[in-house]
Amino acid sequence: MDGTPDKVLIDRLLLRYRVEQFYIQEAELLDSRQFHAWLELLADDIRYWMPLARNQESGKWDGEYTREGKDLNWFDEGKFELEQRVKQIMTGLHWAEEPVSRTSHMYSNLQVEDREDGSLNTRCRFLVYRNRTETETDFFVGKRHDTLRRDGDGFKVAAREIFLDQSVLLAKNLTIFF
Amino acid sequence: MSVDTLAGYTNGLVNLDSGLISRDIFTRQSIYDEELERIFARSWLFVGHESQIPEPGDYILGKMAEESVIFNRDRHGKLHVFLNNCRHRGMRVCRYDRGNSTKFACPFHAWVFSDEGKLVGVPKLDSAYHNELDRSKWGLIEARVYSYYGYVFACWDEETPDFETYLGDLRFYFDDYCELPDGTHGEWEAFGGTFKWRVPCNWKFGAENFAGDYYHNPSHASVDSIVLSPAGVKGRHTYDTITRKREQYLLNICVTPEGHTSRGQLFKDDYEYMPTYQEMTVVEDYFRDCYAQRQARLGEKSRWFGHGGTIFPNVSYSNGVQSMGTWHPSGPHETQVWRIFLAPKSAPDEVKDVLRHYVIRYQGPSGLTEQDDMENWGSAHEGARGTIARRYAYNYGMGMGYERKGWPVDWLGGDVYATEDVSEQNQRAYYARWAALMDQPPSAPQQRETAAAAE
Repeated sequence: MDGTPDKVLIDRLLLRYRVEQFYIQEAELLDSRQFHAWLELLADDIRYWMPLARNQESGKWDGEYTREGKDLNWFDEGKFELEQRVKQIMTGLHWAEEPVSRTSHMYSNLQVEDREDGSLNTRCRFLVYRNRTETETDFFVGKRHDTLRRDGDGFKVAAREIFLDQSVLLAKNLTIFF
Repeated sequence: MSVDTLAGYTNGLVNLDSGLISRDIFTRQSIYDEELERIFARSWLFVGHESQIPEPGDYILGKMAEESVIFNRDRHGKLHVFLNNCRHRGMRVCRYDRGNSTKFACPFHAWVFSDEGKLVGVPKLDSAYHNELDRSKWGLIEARVYSYYGYVFACWDEETPDFETYLGDLRFYFDDYCELPDGTHGEWEAFGGTFKWRVPCNWKFGAENFAGDYYHNPSHASVDSIVLSPAGVKGRHTYDTITRKREQYLLNICVTPEGHTSRGQLFKDDYEYMPTYQEMTVVEDYFRDCYAQRQARLGEKSRWFGHGGTIFPNVSYSNGVQSMGTWHPSGPHETQVWRIFLAPKSAPDEVKDVLRHYVIRYQGPSGLTEQDDMENWGSAHEGARGTIARRYAYNYGMGMGYERKGWPVDWLGGDVYATEDVSEQNQRAYYARWAALMDQPPSAPQQRETAAAAE
């Protein structure tokens, strides 16, 4: 070490810090039920996708996850559809979310990569805890791959791929956001 | 008001004279255990669609009640359903949800079974078994199989009538379901993947809801106030706008004594096609063309617009975007739901995409509509567990005595009953069948192989 600050490394750390702050803010909005504000973090052309997972023979993992735009998926939608989900919760008549869940979204193992077009690819693990009514409790654990578009000092989520580590969904529903 | 818990099922726990059904049938372990033997081991159960295993050697795992089965197409193209269970120590001989294979090897002691279920490999057959094991007697347990327009059902019981007899007068309605939108019996193709999830309720809650419960519409108020329909207007059904403008009967149909059910609309006239997908030309053209063809092909019968129903005991079919959903029992207090969705194989990709996109937002655990259904079923199940609560029967008496035969038209599905709008006729027919089977002990002692019998 010659004592010179490593500019590249510092830039990486700053970028990573900004992404972390963005995700912390996002979790805060979701966990405090500010769903309309959360929608603001999503690009208007977002693809929001969570495939089904299947048990396949070792080494023959092609198709372990169902295909976006082709197969059945838990989610395969855009912003309009996510807005409808939020509206439905806000009616106060969406009984699967009335009373509304208590959630805690946690993210870790963050990796950030630059894309040629100036946007970012991120990868992380998520652990989402959900509890509602008296004893209903679910843990959702998996991998999340985002494309983040720079937006002023912040970001917009342009694509989100959510790989839940379950083949049979262990929860009775997916009324929450990831 | 209570039901007699000592008088058996028919007119005991299921009192069809008063329209009362004991909550015990949803929660009592001993009743559940009896269901596995008397309902599931005897009935034709849905295992999958042929398009899920198109090539020789293709297989998927299915379920029949609690048990895993292999649904495969052997090297000669023949369909089979095998218990996924090694005859030696019971391990699953197939551990993958799908694949292509001409053999299934048990991981435990490496017995190997062929795609026709034959035991073809036994390690140390000579040195350890001294060639005294008759392999022809130790093949995989195979169920009877019947493919109805590609929808494949299986049954363990040799005494159960053939599938078409079992289906009875549901035939008209299930045929309608099996027809493409143009009214022909062309090919359906399942989308890749199977929705599999758990619901904290007895398996019968989903089955009876899909059997025909228009009364529960209020539970969908939230989804009706947003845009779910691909028509891009408020409401959850593609057909909501259309049917509001037509004279029609909303009908519940039940088939007795088989216990199958259907629901749908019967239009009072031969209406013209109404534009639905104005912003999607390819889709609009496809459905407009199909509509005209169906009307020309079926004539007056094209006035029937099926919504779906339940084939006794545990598979529910939904029209529109075709789905088959199986309510697998998983203990008295849990259901494992498996559901596939299908589109006309020859439809343009744009059509398939609209159907797929719509239905995965409608049904299942991420579906805006069924999420609320499951909340209801889970809560109804919880409400059937309490000591005090269980003293009071559930009321299934709506519309009792108002069922009509040969009405509103005589061509509607043969010897069936119909009621209009909301009614619990279908649930009564379903539980009458359930109770009759539960009252019927196994006709012969169930074969239990002993060392002596196996020799």
